Order: sequence, then C-alpha cells, then structure tokens
Amino acid sequence: MSAYKNSVCFNEARRVAIFGGTHGNEMSGVTLVNLWVKNSAEIQRKGVETKPFIANPKAVEKCTRYVDTDLNRAFSPENLSAPGGDDLPYEVQRAQEINRIFGPKGSPEAYDVIFDLHNTTSNMGCTLILESSKDHFNLQMMNYIKKAITPASCLVLLNEHPLLKYSTSRSVAKHPVGLEVGPQPQGVLRSNIFEAMRVILKHALDFIELFNEGPVCNTLETLLAEMEYKFIGMEFPPCTVEVFWVSERIDYPRDANGNIIAMVHPNLQDCDWEPLNPGDPMFQTFDGKTIHYQGSGTVYPTFINEAAYYEKQQAFVTTRRETLVASAIRKA
Amino acid sequence: MEHVSLPPLSRVAICGGTHGNEMSGVYLVREMQKQKVDQAGSVSITTVLSNPRAVDACRRYTDTDLNRCFTKGLLSAPITDSTPYELKRAQELNSQLGPKGSKEAVDLLCDVHNTTANMGLCLIFYSIDWITLHIYKYIQSKMTSTPVRVIQLDIPISEAYSLESVGKHGFAIEVGPQPNGVLRADIFNMVKEAVDLTIEWLQGFNSGSTFEGGEVEAYNLVKSVDYPRDPTSNEITAAIHPQLQDNDFKLLRPGDPMFQSFSGEMVEYEGEELYPFFVNECAYYEKKIAFHLAKKITLTFPPISVKKD
Repeated sequence: MSAYKNSVCFNEARRVAIFGGTHGNEMSGVTLVNLWVKNSAEIQRKGVETKPFIANPKAVEKCTRYVDTDLNRAFSPENLSAPGGDDLPYEVQRAQEINRIFGPKGSPEAYDVIFDLHNTTSNMGCTLILESSKDHFNLQMMNYIKKAITPASCLVLLNEHPLLKYSTSRSVAKHPVGLEVGPQPQGVLRSNIFEAMRVILKHALDFIELFNEGPVCNTLETLLAEMEYKFIGMEFPPCTVEVFWVSERIDYPRDANGNIIAMVHPNLQDCDWEPLNPGDPMFQTFDGKTIHYQGSGTVYPTFINEAAYYEKQQAFVTTRRETLVASAIRKA
Repeated sequence: MEHVSLPPLSRVAICGGTHGNEMSGVYLVREMQKQKVDQAGSVSITTVLSNPRAVDACRRYTDTDLNRCFTKGLLSAPITDSTPYELKRAQELNSQLGPKGSKEAVDLLCDVHNTTANMGLCLIFYSIDWITLHIYKYIQSKMTSTPVRVIQLDIPISEAYSLESVGKHGFAIEVGPQPNGVLRADIFNMVKEAVDLTIEWLQGFNSGSTFEGGEVEAYNLVKSVDYPRDPTSNEITAAIHPQLQDNDFKLLRPGDPMFQSFSGEMVEYEGEELYPFFVNECAYYEKKIAFHLAKKITLTFPPISVKKD
C-alpha cells in the first residue's frame, strides 16, 4: 500500500487544540486565541475539531507569566497525580484540569495535536519546538510549514535532552508542537509578530487537513504544485528536517549572593542561531570587560537574553545543528 | 540672553528601579552601590533603589505606580494600614531626597527608566529649567551611540507627580527599546554614559566653567492616542501598524498608517502633523495610551556659571 519502506501510519488527527496564554504575558497567543474563541472560522478545517483555549486565565488577567508556578513546567507525572485539590499551587491544579480535558497524557484518549503559542524577548524569529526526534508526524508537519512560508524562515528547535527537557502544557497531546515567535517584550503586542504566528498556524492546520483528507480542492492542488511539494496518493514522502538540538544551558556569571555580574555581550545579543565559536565574546561586565565563550567547538546559541529565564539561571542555550530524516507518513 | 549665575549643585541623587522591571536603572544603582560611589569631586552622590519590593518581584509596581505618587497632595496624605505600599514609599523618598519644594532637597535628581518603545535616549522634564537644558546639550554633544532627545511635559511643578520633581532640579533618563525584565548591554552602556556625563557636567559647573547658551529642539507633549477598543469588552481590537511601530519621533501625517486591526484593516491617523513617542510602551496599555504625540519647539537658554560668593 505504501510507496516507501519504513512508512509510518498514524491515526487521522481529528482533535486539535491551540493554546494561548500558557504564559499570561505572551500576547500574540493570548490575542489570537481570544479572537478565535469569538470567531473560529479562520481555524476550521474539514474533518478536524480545532479548539482554541486560554491555558492560564488567571495569569492572562494579571498580564503576568504565572501566578504561583510556571504552567509550562507543571505537567510532570508527580504533579498530574498529586492529591490536595485547592491546596495545590494554582498552576498545578490547572495542569490537572488541562490533563482531564485534553489528555490524559500518554493515553489513547489524549488530543492528537496541541499547538502551544509563545513569545520570547529573544531574537529567535519564528521557531517550531519539537520534543521528540522520533515524532515523524511532527517532523513532516514542520517540513511542510518551512516549505510553505519560503522565502520567510522558520527554524526547528529540538528540546530532547535527558536533563533539560521539561513538562510542557502541550505534552498532554500525542503530537505536541511549540510555536515560539520573537523578539517581543512581555505585555506588548507587535503586529508583525502576531501576523507571523497566524500564518504559521494556518499552514500547520492546512497540513493536518491534507494528512486527513488529501487535497481538498483545486486551489490547494495548485498551491501544492507551486510549493513543489510532492504529495503522492495519501502519503507524504520521506524528507529531511534540519533541527537545532538543545545541548547546554549557560547561566550568567553571578557573585556569591547570586546576583548577575555581567550582561550578554553586545556581539552575542540578538544573534540567535548564529555560530558561537570558542573565544568569541559572550558576556560583558558592568565596567566593560569581555568574558569569552570557552566551549570546545562551535555551537548555535538561542533563547539569548529571554526575560523569563533570569530566574531559571539561563542566559542562553547552546544547540548543535543536525539533520533528521522523517519517514514517509500516511493515515491509518 | 543674559548670563545666569546659579548656586553650586553639590548633591545629586541617581535613582533606579522606580519601576521594578526596568533593569538598566536597577543594575546601575546596584553597581554604583557595590563600588561605593558616593562622591565625585565636588559632587556628593546618593544612589537609591526607589521601589525595592517591585524590584524583588521584577514588576512595575506592587499596589500602584510609584511614579505617579509625588504630587504635593499625595506626599502629605496621612498614612494608614490600608495605604498602598508605593504611597508610603513615596513619602519615605520625599523625606530622604526632599522634602519637595524645600531647601533641603537634593540639587539634582536623575531617575533612570527604560521603555519598550524605540526612543533611544531621552531626557524628560517638566517646566523649562536651565540646568536640565545645559546637561541635555552636554550629553547630546558627547554621545554618539544613540539619538539623544529632550521631551518637555507642560505640567506646572505644583501638579508634578513623578519622582524627579522632588529635587530642586530633576529629569528622567528614559532609554529604549528594552523589554521589561531584560538587561541589554548596549542599553545599559548608554545609561551609564549619560549618568557619567551628567556628573561630569556638574563637576565642571561647580568648578567655575561657563557653559555657553544656545538653542535646542525639544518635543512638547500635546496629547495621547488610545488603541481602538471593543465597546463592550474594552479589549483592544488593533495593534500599532508595522509602519508606525519603532518609528518614534518620525513625523506622523494625516493619512499615515496608525493601527492594524486584527481583521486586517488599516486605521489611518487623522489630525495635525505631530511626532509620536512612547509608541507601544508596555506599561501604557492599562493607562489607555498607544502612543503620545508631540510638537517640536525650540528652547533658548542663557549661558550659565556657578555663583561665586
């Protein structure tokens, strides 16, 4: 039935959610989801139930990242099964509720796809965040999105690391997709950032519809031809996806009291995804001295100077560039 | 204009963290306190972290905006258990650096702020003040890393509500763009340079130098524009248009794009030609301000030197 060796079958993706406001001060997602809750025409696709959802309403109301604890770190197995009800921190209670609605995490009843909309103060452009290098459905989706928005760019960050990986709100779904767009200050809505996120979601939903239903109308076939995308039968052929694989978290230099004693160097600031070589400037002290990167090889830094990560002891993360191969996929 | 002589300016206060998430001022004050900076020649320097609770929480304020608490009325209001933290703090700062309007007040109060708007470096002050204009001219002539501008708010000192009005002379140093909670090295370095130049000027003034008079261009606040909002929910329905975004101080003409609605329509500016600033400042969404508009004025100021006894 398949034209390819190692083709992978997935069930149709019928239940999709779009989370905004996992962090209450990341405005693109909050604004988009509020729009779609009022009028969901834009996100409707044939054969898919797409639910827009404000993940952390209390944080959104206060325009703050979180109320008690970071919701996007709260979906650990311990938290999801913790007893205590009202005594639990707000976000842990909320995580349990989200797990009830969209999960349970790890079960066959869980939602097929959750798109989790985020902004960052880092100059990351449009970034798709992948949690597993073996999720061929997501890899194919990300390949589709990248091709669809050419010549604009959208990079893929792979956060699969035994120690640095964290329990995100989207991890409740079978196929979690993070969408991170920056730079945008917290609490601010920039029109270009908002529209960029909107376009990426449009293509993501188109992919799902295509996967489930095949080309739906002549217009879509023309679009596919224009993108030189080969969709054979009801199968997406194998493809390669370049990813930036998270390696290491680098903190600010701090004094004995934990206070920051240097800032991200002007040469590194805003240079997300550009190579950082051993010996390159990395931090600058308050009196102007340079601290150099001392790693053993070239890395690709990202999340450079993200506001929310000062308290998580992170000035930036390093990544290595890898090419992943996605198997052909088709619906079951 | 005729030469003006003024008494020496021997006490300056450098304040940071008036808004707890505007990081340049927070770190500048912390650094100056770490280095125990308290004197520079003839100038004694007091460094103050204005809102320590907000700084700890990395928020703009805890109960109410500290930088609106310095009116004469609020500074003399009785304190009770239910008084908001920032009102109490304002009265503490007024005792420490003022009292406002008295001869004990510091000679110059510089309050360091950041904005998410693309404003470069601005000095913001109330009524015309020769000291502020001379310091502005000095900073502008020496700083090349960013445009340096001066904004005048036409509010009489008696109604002034912000921290710098506590000093005999005062201005805010506003630098952007920088997100809340973020410390950018390039922005920090600009702030440090501006504060160092301010202190340098004070030393020059106190030592007897004469500073030539002249003319500067200033931006005089005329009015503010709010976002388009839904009449029922009061939620905003449009964002600053991409052609206005980051274009602070670029002349806005009738017909120019102003907002882009979420449904894709462009909203045009209507009104007299004016200069926008504080375009898309994070903290102003709740104050119902998308941007301010100013007219350009020319301010003339006399040569000054220190009064010799």
